[in-house]
Amino acid sequence: MSQEINQTSSADQMDIKKEVDFFEQTCGDLVDYAKKKGASQVEVGVSKDIGLSVSVRNREIETLEYNRDNSFGITVYLGKQKGIATTSDLSIKALHGAVDAALNIAKHTQADPCSGLADAELMATNSMDLELDHPMGINAETAKQQALECEAYGLDFSDKISNSEGSSFSSHRNIRFYTNSHGFKAATPSTRHSLSCVLIAEDHLGKQRDHWYTISRDADGLETGKVVGEKAAEKTIARLNARQIKTQKAKVLFIPEMARSLIGNFKAAISGTNIYRKSSFLLDCLNSKIFPDFVSMQEKPFIKKGLASTWYDNEGLATKEQAIVQDGIVNTFLLNSYSARKLNMQPTSHCGGVHNLHVSNSDLSFEQMVKQMNNGLIVTEMMGQGVNMITGDYSRGASGFWVENGEIQFFVQEITIAGNLKEMFANVIAIGNDYDRRSSLLTGSWLLPEMMIAGS
Amino acid sequence: MSQTLINTSNEFLAEGGLDSSDLVTTLESMMSHQIDFAEMYFQSSRHESWMLEDGIVKDASFSSDKGVGIRALSGDKTGFAYSEEIILPALQQAANASRTIALAGSQSMVKLSPISGQIARYAQDDPLMSLTEAEKLSILHRLDQLARQADPRVREVIASLSGVYEKILVCASDGTFASDIRPLVRANVTVIIDKNGKTERGSAGAGGRDSYQILNDELLQQLAKEAVHQALVNLDAIAAPAGQMPVVLGSGWPAVLLHEAIGHGLEGDFNRKGSSAFSDRIGQRVASPLCTIVDDGTIQGRRGSLSIDDEGTPSQSTTLIENGILTGYMHDKKNARLMQQKSTGNGRRESYSCLPMPRMTNTYMLAGEAEKEDIIKSVKKGLYAPNFGGGQVDITSGKFVFSTSEAYLIEDGKITAPVKGATLIGNGPDVLTKVSMVGNDMALDNGVGICGKAGQSVPVGVGQPTLKIDELTVGGTN
Repeated sequence: MSQEINQTSSADQMDIKKEVDFFEQTCGDLVDYAKKKGASQVEVGVSKDIGLSVSVRNREIETLEYNRDNSFGITVYLGKQKGIATTSDLSIKALHGAVDAALNIAKHTQADPCSGLADAELMATNSMDLELDHPMGINAETAKQQALECEAYGLDFSDKISNSEGSSFSSHRNIRFYTNSHGFKAATPSTRHSLSCVLIAEDHLGKQRDHWYTISRDADGLETGKVVGEKAAEKTIARLNARQIKTQKAKVLFIPEMARSLIGNFKAAISGTNIYRKSSFLLDCLNSKIFPDFVSMQEKPFIKKGLASTWYDNEGLATKEQAIVQDGIVNTFLLNSYSARKLNMQPTSHCGGVHNLHVSNSDLSFEQMVKQMNNGLIVTEMMGQGVNMITGDYSRGASGFWVENGEIQFFVQEITIAGNLKEMFANVIAIGNDYDRRSSLLTGSWLLPEMMIAGS
Repeated sequence: MSQTLINTSNEFLAEGGLDSSDLVTTLESMMSHQIDFAEMYFQSSRHESWMLEDGIVKDASFSSDKGVGIRALSGDKTGFAYSEEIILPALQQAANASRTIALAGSQSMVKLSPISGQIARYAQDDPLMSLTEAEKLSILHRLDQLARQADPRVREVIASLSGVYEKILVCASDGTFASDIRPLVRANVTVIIDKNGKTERGSAGAGGRDSYQILNDELLQQLAKEAVHQALVNLDAIAAPAGQMPVVLGSGWPAVLLHEAIGHGLEGDFNRKGSSAFSDRIGQRVASPLCTIVDDGTIQGRRGSLSIDDEGTPSQSTTLIENGILTGYMHDKKNARLMQQKSTGNGRRESYSCLPMPRMTNTYMLAGEAEKEDIIKSVKKGLYAPNFGGGQVDITSGKFVFSTSEAYLIEDGKITAPVKGATLIGNGPDVLTKVSMVGNDMALDNGVGICGKAGQSVPVGVGQPTLKIDELTVGGTN
């Protein structure tokens, strides 16, 4: 399974057809082997990732890393007993060892009436090319140049930039193959390229660090090194002259990156596992209004080049375009077959998560949102966990910008923001159209009513 | 050469028809470029986990991994490649790829020399084999039973058990030739309790570098009791206060404070790069004179302990802060060399496919003299926090957070109402200057810590006595 590595060849050379043929043959044999040894159901997932990452720091190369990661996982069922084994060693001997290990484990686990593969009749049949595979043919030298150029734009942006944590370019190509004993099989090659820059600025109050990055399936989707370096510099400089603010209640505006974290909390609260364990603050939310009318969230699995696009989920079910939230009402939990059986419901093709989520907006720009908030806090970064999924209680470290009379005043740090997610969701004031396209979760900024801010 | 080193190297090399002369040849081929340091790190690991829910052990998995990571250093540049195959062509390819960080240049000789008298900080037996599968299942059922016995309102118990058996072999151009065999086990229990229409959760866990035998019935009872206690306390919790106030941290796991507030900031890489809030502060006061803090990988059998680090350097106890004065950073080989220091045995990596970095082992504050009761009594109005979830730090600005999982108000010197989980935030370089009382009850945590840095996770330990911090920002809603 080894491939030539050398400095001049591109890091993403992979003979996809050959790999797929190998996976199909090998995984098919392993499914047969497991069945012969008594497995009633089997599923196998295998992935191979190759690529390179180059980091530069203060205008010199710092790290050149060639990545090649293999993973193989098998789940076997002996009736309702389940066993899982994984290995990074794709030799035939190791793969057989993994099947034996999974079978051995399944002999010892206990029968769970809800366990088993997804139902055969629900397997995806409509294979699609979602244009996820765009190798850049990049080698170490060109990756280095990209990173150097990006960092230089950042370092040269202002003499307030005092140091660099570096700039990185990375390019990865992946082939993922999944098959199960219902006869479902699918192979998905995909690529991911990214460029990032982390800078440090310093003043009499201390050091500050911030970053920017771009990520895309194809080279054309990446922001230029100039954009990345300069945005990183702008963001870092904006943090100078930081202050703490007094403990008080104030409106809070979450920039898109932070709004994504709130939506992440929402997704966790409606995930099958938390629902069947009755450990969610949104237990009874199905078909009820959790957000204001203007909030809708649409899952779009078939976007070409999408970061989470796929026509089948992690257990082979057909994904579908669906409203997760429509006009503030939660339309569906996020269920895989197991949690669906636990809840006596139908699976919703969410094994492995949501496949691209687009959030509606209130047709306001970021600047308009700031004006609308008038006085309050823009949250640009959060720290720590501090979310209680059962009660929705929320308390996190934060930093951002203080706004008075609709104008940004200064950078704020060493504060916490606290509230309750259920109330925060119910009272969203507005969502911006300032979409951040670097994620499969597409949203603008979220303006929330007063939260408790703890500071000095 | 020790028998362990002979056995371990045979295990890694024999299957691919290699011997130690192939290692020397590969290292020398790398050193033919302008490389300061070349290293090969072999690792194999076996990992299992078992999970109980609904009273049945429903999920279990086993994983097995093996590979070699090859690193070349030239000045502050690093070249890195790795392979799952341990055969000569794969080693040579990875070596060639990693040495491209530097231009072709001089020749040099490599001679491997095993260190003598390596001290084992844990047993070398495979923990996965230390119990039968039936016995592993019975630990989980026992936790389930104990938690339900502790309180009839317990609706759900989720218990898990995991074991890791890892072997490493390191050889490097500086002559390093060393191996280590590392066991690691852990048990966790989470309970969900319903009471008067409210639901809460509590968790507890324990483990260490040992066999499953350390998870004895006494310990399981303690875990079940602790998880149930935490859930019950939180069911009665009122809103936490917001703002600056005195905070008393309990002994043991609340030392996640030390890990976040100062530990990461004292890792050598950030200080070499000048990106830490602690850069260039050796010899300066960063804590009250009551505080002495060490990072100690040598404690027998602890979760964060190491016989040798992942670069083959014997683990040690490093004093980070002595009576409030910053005395040292934690180093791996690369940062030590670039800062003209010696490695402190803190070079760690998640696996062969990741680069080593300076990382903590067991980080703790030495005991002081105060009685815990007196510390509580000294607070008029504040917070007592005996248990925490995780934390996080921005090492550049120095701001850190950690979130309580069990906390109470202190009113007029007495612990009163339990309060909901809240995040505490502070500034690393000055939070410890506000430590005004240090208890005599130093305790290490139970052995569940996982530290993440640059995407790599490693097991760590923390510890401290009861501490009083005169002023810390508490992120409640009230």
